[in-house]
Amino acid sequence: MSWVLIAEQALNGLQFGLMLFLLAAGLTLVFGIMDMINLAHGSLYMLGAFIAASLVQATGSFVLGVLLAVPATALAGMVLETLLLRHLYQRDHLSQVLATFALILILNEAVRLIWGSDAPLPMPASLSGPVELLPGLFYPAYRLLIILVGLAVAIFLYLLISRTKVGMLVRAGASNREMALAMGVNIRLLFTLVFGVGAALCAVAGALLAPLLAVQVGMGENILILAFVVIVIGGIGSVRGALVGALVVGAVDTIGRAFLPIAFGAFLPPQVASAAGPAIASVAVYLLMAVVLFFRPQGLFPARG
Amino acid sequence: MRKHLALLAVFLLLPLALAWADQTFYISLASRILIYALAATSLNLVLGYGGMISFGHAAFVGTGAYVASILFVEGVTSAWIAWPAALAAAALAALLIGAVSLRTRGAYFIMITLAFAQMMFYLLNSMKMYGGDEGLTLPRRPDLGVDLGNEVAFYYVVLFFLALTLYLLYRLTNSRFGRVIVAIRENEQRAQALGFPVYRYRLACFVIAGAAGGLAGALLAAHGKYVSPNVLHWTQSGTLMIMVILGGVGRLWGGVLGAVALLGLEHLIADYPVGWLEALAPNYQQHADLAVGLVLLAVVLFAPHGIAGLFPGAKRARA
Amino acid sequence: MLELKGLSKHFGGVIATRDVTLNVARGEVHALIGPNGAGKTTLIGQVAGTIRSDSGQVLFEGVDITALAPHQRVRRGLARSFQITSIFGRLPLLENLALAVQARSGSSFSFWKPVAAERELFRQAEEVAADLGLSGRLHFTSSSLAHGEQRALEVGLALATKPKLVLLDEPMAGLGAEESRRMVELIERVSGRVTVLLVEHDMDAVFRLADRISVLVNGRIVASGAPQEIRANEEVRKAYLGDELAA
Repeated sequence: MSWVLIAEQALNGLQFGLMLFLLAAGLTLVFGIMDMINLAHGSLYMLGAFIAASLVQATGSFVLGVLLAVPATALAGMVLETLLLRHLYQRDHLSQVLATFALILILNEAVRLIWGSDAPLPMPASLSGPVELLPGLFYPAYRLLIILVGLAVAIFLYLLISRTKVGMLVRAGASNREMALAMGVNIRLLFTLVFGVGAALCAVAGALLAPLLAVQVGMGENILILAFVVIVIGGIGSVRGALVGALVVGAVDTIGRAFLPIAFGAFLPPQVASAAGPAIASVAVYLLMAVVLFFRPQGLFPARG
Repeated sequence: MRKHLALLAVFLLLPLALAWADQTFYISLASRILIYALAATSLNLVLGYGGMISFGHAAFVGTGAYVASILFVEGVTSAWIAWPAALAAAALAALLIGAVSLRTRGAYFIMITLAFAQMMFYLLNSMKMYGGDEGLTLPRRPDLGVDLGNEVAFYYVVLFFLALTLYLLYRLTNSRFGRVIVAIRENEQRAQALGFPVYRYRLACFVIAGAAGGLAGALLAAHGKYVSPNVLHWTQSGTLMIMVILGGVGRLWGGVLGAVALLGLEHLIADYPVGWLEALAPNYQQHADLAVGLVLLAVVLFAPHGIAGLFPGAKRARA
Repeated sequence: MLELKGLSKHFGGVIATRDVTLNVARGEVHALIGPNGAGKTTLIGQVAGTIRSDSGQVLFEGVDITALAPHQRVRRGLARSFQITSIFGRLPLLENLALAVQARSGSSFSFWKPVAAERELFRQAEEVAADLGLSGRLHFTSSSLAHGEQRALEVGLALATKPKLVLLDEPMAGLGAEESRRMVELIERVSGRVTVLLVEHDMDAVFRLADRISVLVNGRIVASGAPQEIRANEEVRKAYLGDELAA
């Protein structure tokens, strides 16, 4: 077990965590401000990936394709919000769950009809090599890019939310919707914009992860669950909580999968270790969530007191 | 009461009608629908009557299915042992998951139940000795005294359990316990202020529903002679919820009507191509989910009480 | 009967109640008055157990109940009505009351026998309804009742559990003159068999009903004593009563 391996896995965890954060941030804001459970959030992630795949193919440039996919997906998200989702804000959670679940089904099939079951989005050749971060420590350039983009977006979001007027409105809305309304904020527009930003973030994550994870129908469902775990741990409505939660989940999941089987093998008989190791590793994040909720049923940084 | 018996009579006579019309291969499909009706009814208890939006109910169905199947491959081929064991195991799972989840509220509850079910999905996926992601195949159906290999016999066994569950649900919802569960759903604050330990009642309801779900799981495994982690995937929980809302939340026959409607719809689309639709969109039959999604969306937006709510004067859990 | 010792509660930076010490004697009607935002409802919540106090104790009949959950306090005979009506809106009035009666008569972990067969439950519920003057409304859906009737039901639900002490949080909220009069009469009727801690803004009602009055301002008790003392208290008049009495 070399330190190189550890460092690699730590970076992988950071990379995964930052991408999870992109998804979780949009989800937690929609949740916190509009009090809406949106199961179709993962579908926006999928849509972003598919749109990016098409644009990359059309323009022949990875960067251009990804950059254009972001506003395109944001637009799609805002259209969805205006036409359909806004009618759900006043409804009870069950209705929201079912309606957005229906949306998942519809969007999955729609994507399948338009693109087929999957679409290719290969890693750009220029980034497919390793970078030497430290003497002896090589890390894939592409993953490094993801980390850098993820950090940049995180910082940008932080500045947006804590330093700008719009951000203040968003925070106010997250902690007390009625108050925000009373202050005369144009709620409808704010909601649509928040949704659009969430969709844009999904697109960034979807497009960037595509070369690593493959673009296919249904890719949203699996990552959506993790996003939920993140915001439950972090606290609904809190972007800071989403960041902390995402980094923790990213770390636990990556490092758990890499090292738990080895750790188990150190002091358990081989048959047990080879079965238990991967099993526990795959559920480590859920156990973590259960533990967090046991002590803090509202997550670590709930937006509402 | 007359309406209940009339519906029951329809299900009782169905295999006979199918046999008479020479459509016996549908009897197996009917059994499958009834098993899902049982699973949906169990969810209806916790969701419809209890108002707890549990998005992880498939975990209990899956637990029942796996326990029954694992017992079989380990040599316990008697349903007399396997099915009660499945029920007990599901009840235990519900107790553990419910104990933690019910400490949370609203959206947190929805997501934590979702996550726990997914956790079990991944756990079973990684258990290679019991099939892992490929699942577990059984050579035959378990022993029950009657030959469960006979589709008609199996159908009536399933119908028996469904009818029994519906009857128990009927008694439960009209009992003191049932009244309290509904009261907690209607106004938790007030129920607590009257002196009811809300958490305890919800947990009991959750466990009972989980147990019934486990029974459905055992029947499901026996029916298909196969079980895989997909039974626990959160989208399966979603499917059960769709059935409950389609059929009518909090109404006795809600789960049954929903299962019949949803599975019936899926089957109709898959097996009966409609000419003009085929011309318009070739391969539409492979996109049945699109229809399901649209129907569900329509129901949520325009008919929130489901199919059962469309019947005037239908007995409601509310008043 | 009820002793509050040094109860405090803060929400984030806001201090709702501050070192509240108060005694309610058995059989009395003790009114708690104070301006809006003074912390009265928070205090009721602390006594009922729905709000966890940061410090202080609640003693009921000599027993420290500070750590008890709300439903446990109800079991000991402490009931409460809410300032914002909290009834089972979709259920008929009779069933609302029947649930309250059910709560205090035996275990509800009974899964088989239909409640409809329990005639005694409903008879007692009807009695309570009669007490409230709502006998003519037994089968009305609660949410369809007039506001005054709903407030009466709100109080009735608390009383139906046959408590030893009842916390009434602004029972007169939103009531017109006639309805207020009836509510006052109701409270007078029950004050004979139940101890009452009454939070109210309606000063006529307060001075008519109360044996003793405590005044809560900015989370602190500033005065406590017989109605005449409170009425004459200069500080109280300045801080609170002035406009109320003149009106």
